[in-house]
Parts: sequence; C-alpha cells; structure tokens
Amino acid sequence: MEKLLVLTHVDEYGVALTRASLEAVAAGVEFAGALGAALAIGIVGAATDAAAQQVAGAGSRVLCVAGEAFAQARYASDAAACEALCRAAEATIVFAPSGSRFSRVVPGVAYRLGGFADTHITALTMGETLEATRWFYRQRVEAVVRRERRPWFLLLEAGTREPYTASAAAVQTETVAVTLPALRTNVQGLRAPKQDEQTIRPGAKVLFVAGAGWTKKQADGQIHAAEAETLILGFLRAADASLGSSKSLVDQSGENQAVLKFMTHLNQIGQTGATPRHAKGLSTCCHGEEPHVVGWRFINERRAISMDPNCGWARGKADVVYVADAFKVIAKVNALLAEKK
Amino acid sequence: MTSRFHIVVCASIVPDPLQTLEPAAGAGAPTLKNEMMLPAVLDPWAAAALYEAADLAAKHPGSKVFLVSLGPKAKLQQVMMTVAQKVPFELVAIDGPLGGFTDAHSTAAALAAAIAAIPGLERERLLLFGGWESASRGAGVTMQVVGERLGIVDQFQGVDQITVNEDGGFEVLERVEGGRHQVSVCAGAPAVLGWATGNLPEPRNSPQVGMANMRGIMPALQKAKNTKLDANGLSYVSVSLPRQQRETRLVRDMPEDEIAREIVAWIAE
Repeated sequence: MEKLLVLTHVDEYGVALTRASLEAVAAGVEFAGALGAALAIGIVGAATDAAAQQVAGAGSRVLCVAGEAFAQARYASDAAACEALCRAAEATIVFAPSGSRFSRVVPGVAYRLGGFADTHITALTMGETLEATRWFYRQRVEAVVRRERRPWFLLLEAGTREPYTASAAAVQTETVAVTLPALRTNVQGLRAPKQDEQTIRPGAKVLFVAGAGWTKKQADGQIHAAEAETLILGFLRAADASLGSSKSLVDQSGENQAVLKFMTHLNQIGQTGATPRHAKGLSTCCHGEEPHVVGWRFINERRAISMDPNCGWARGKADVVYVADAFKVIAKVNALLAEKK
Repeated sequence: MTSRFHIVVCASIVPDPLQTLEPAAGAGAPTLKNEMMLPAVLDPWAAAALYEAADLAAKHPGSKVFLVSLGPKAKLQQVMMTVAQKVPFELVAIDGPLGGFTDAHSTAAALAAAIAAIPGLERERLLLFGGWESASRGAGVTMQVVGERLGIVDQFQGVDQITVNEDGGFEVLERVEGGRHQVSVCAGAPAVLGWATGNLPEPRNSPQVGMANMRGIMPALQKAKNTKLDANGLSYVSVSLPRQQRETRLVRDMPEDEIAREIVAWIAE
C-alpha cells in the first residue's frame, strides 16, 4: 500500500500555511483516496499550531517540525526537516508545493531517501497508476510521466488547483524530532529590487509585457525612455498589473543602452525568464517570437500592440494584435483608466 | 581579498531556442526529431553561471574555473568552439546522451562522479555553480543532487548575486516569490549555487581566451568517458506539442482612441 505524505510549510509571516501548500494538501486528499493510500501531512515552521488547524478534516496524520531554526528558508535545516518528516511517515509518494522554499530542498531530500523527484507538475491523473503532467523545453513540449521506483517526490505547481479548506474538526499533531547539521548559512531577510515600486504582482489579473521597442528610436528619430517609463508605470498602477519584460530589454541595462530603470532580470518572461500565471496578458513593443512566447504558456487571453503586422504574435500566438504605436495607445489607455477611477 | 575558489560549473547543452522542436519516439525515452542535427548552445542559465564564475575567479586570484558538461562528444565540441571564446575555463567532458527526457538523478550521478575525479580539486574551496534549471528538462533537480552526492548542505537556488566578504564568507541573493530576493550569508565554501540570470552581460568573444581554452578542450573531449544514464523507473505515457494555435484577429488602421477603449473594456471583463 502506498503511503502519501504532503509536505507543507508556514508562510514568511510565520502564521499560516502558504496557498501553494494548501493546494498540495487538496491534491493529497484527492489522490490518497484514488490510490487507497494512507495520508500524512507534514508541516515545517517556527510554530505550527495555527497552521495545523488549516488541515483539519483532511483525514490524515499531521506531523510537525517546529522550532526557531525552521523559521528560515534555508537548505540545511529545511532538508533535515523534510527528511525527518518523510522517514516518520514512511512515505512512498510525497507531494510538495513548487515554491522557492521546497524547490530548493526536495530534490536533495529525495536523494537522501533513495528516491526520485519530478518537478513543475501541472496535473495529476490516475491511469494504471499515478501519472504526472509536466513541461519540457521551457513549456514547448508537454509530457505525462510515471515512476515505478519509490519514494517518488512530486513538486506541484502553484495555481493548478483550489486550496484545501479545513473543517471544524480537531487536529491531533505529532511532533517529529530533527537532528540538525552545523548551520553555516544565516538568512538575513527579503530584499525587493532597487526600484521605485513593486512591479511584479503574482496575483494580478493582467500581465503587461514590455519589449525592447520601448527604448528604440521612435518616429521622430529620438529615444523616449523617460516617457516609456512614465507610460508603463502609469499602466501598472491604473490596471493593477504585473510587469514582465523580454530578455533583450532587461539585458540592455548591462550594455549601457537606454534602459527602463525599474526593469530587472526578475521581470524577464520567456525562455530564460519566468512563466507566470495570469488571466490576461498585454504585450507591447515585443516581437512575439518563440523564446518570448514560451513564457506565456499559462496566460489565457493574449493581446499585443506592435508596429509589425508580421510579428510572431500575429502568427497564432495572440488572440488580438493591434498594429499601432504603443506609446500613443498606452497613453490613451492610461487616460481612460484614470477616468474610470 | 585572500579567498580563492575552485569553481565547478555544471552546464548542459540545449537546442538553440529559435529552433522548432518536435518530440519523437526514442529507444526507452522520447527524443527530439533530428536532435543531433539541431544547432545547440550552452544552456542559458548555466551560461550565466559560467560568466559569474569567471568574474568571481578574476576577482580572486588563484581561483580556477572548471566547466563540467555531459553530452555527445561531437555536440560538445561544436558548442565549445563558441563558449571557449567567452571566458577562461578547464573543460571536464562526459560523453553521454543529449536531451531533456533523461533522468535528472542519473545526470547528477554522472556529474558528481566526474567532479569528484577532477585532479587537484580542493573541496574546501569548492563552489559548485550551474543553472537553477536547464532549458531542456527544466527540472531544477540536478544541482541539488550533485551537491548532496558531494556532501554539500549549503545550497542556494535562483541565485542572482554573490558577494564575497573579507573572511571568505559570502552573501547570496536568491529569487523568491513576488519579485524579491532572499538574502543569506554563508560562512564560506563549499556551497552549491544554482544561478538564475545573474547580473553580467554575455562577454565578448576573445580569440586569445579561445586559443588558450582550446588547448585543454580537445584533450578533455578525447578523454571523455562514455556514460549511460539509468531511467530510474521513469517512463513516458505521452509526449506532445501543445496545440494552441490561436485565431489571431489582426487589427489594422483602427484609431488609437478606439484601440484604447477596446483594451480598457477587455481588461475590465
């Protein structure tokens, strides 16, 4: 019989489980039933009592690793915690959320336990056995995989299912002891990039992607980087949108070309950047070639503004392409959005 | 600064991002159609790791950079002709299969064995660099497992910056959710750093660097051991290209006011 463990962790405020953790719990409840597996939920955090209440009614053992050392998202302590939880649960299948904290440690934990990890899982199904869907070649090839060998660790992508909702049932927790190695790393905290305001908003409905065209010479033969900055930031504020960028635009900052000061590599979308999940995406001044578009795999509705009617977006990659000057269009969009507010 | 490092960069080779990819059936695992014919490049995130390694080595005299790469010899040779002109390094080549459908744990085992066998490698000075994911498998598994196999438990992923302190310790910036960085301070090597893009542009080609590198690259390729990668129980139920061709509405000659109204209405939907 399979034994399924869901690894979860407390959020950066130290109180509740992350949303991605609760999504993994929901997957655990569903597939423990389908597999006929015993379910356990493991929680890692400085304090886990409040978080444990969030998995009430899951019908599982609740195993906790708690202590000040686990307040930090640090490889050595997190790997030791996850290893201890897996051993305590005698897990043969492990689900974990694909956030930065567990993506850092789960492959190493799998190795310690003689197991194997598959990551970026976007869907789980029951065929003859458990099957997992993931992308290869930066979202260009989709595959469904199985593993015969155990333990099998699956890192589940966030945003692919509804989070678990707790019932009012009482939760019995079990504390799992962890032997920590010498800790040589100390987490100092979180730092936002040097920019005037937050431009990356994972929860935003709209992704606004700026391409290198914003810093190229315009019809008057001049570069209008300052105006571009004003327009883009204006749109982000008015539409509460998240900002993405093509690689070519963020690379310009290292090549002494005209730059948008708030743009960093963290904004990069595509082949060497992020693949965010938003309901809508608006591309501006970007060619829409394949290396850009692989980052749009999880953007449902796509529109683009481009001066080039033959750009990549027009070849079946966007729903609508406006052949127009993005400077003029975004100025008018911003004015309309300001009126509505 | 007195610190010197032995920086080992793990880097795979991947199809040029502009190529059209089509999966095909292979012996055991899937493959890409005409995979050996596709132009290849050094994996972009691993390339960022290599440039950061070279920059760090240049700032810390006495440091060495090793590039460990697994792939078919012919492909490695082709890619190294270009990469060799970028920064100084010593190649450790492993002759093995190409592609994203191989198992990350087997790849890690092959890399770790090759690293452990590097003559003169000083483990207490070891910084193990690589991309945090590849552009082929994209798993984000290999570096952690190589680190574990080498007994390294100070690991960082999604790294954009390393700043070495006077005492040999260093500060690392790792990408976390919400467009932020987690700031950590590590007491020093050994450590694993899986790089995101870093902060350095691609170096210009240098024929002098290329000539110096090539003196070591050809012997390294000749010495490359052939390695088979175990599937570790991984099997593929299906492999397919996404069929997401959209019916694009191309809007020409629409006044900007009207476009703006349409976009605002669409955002509000």
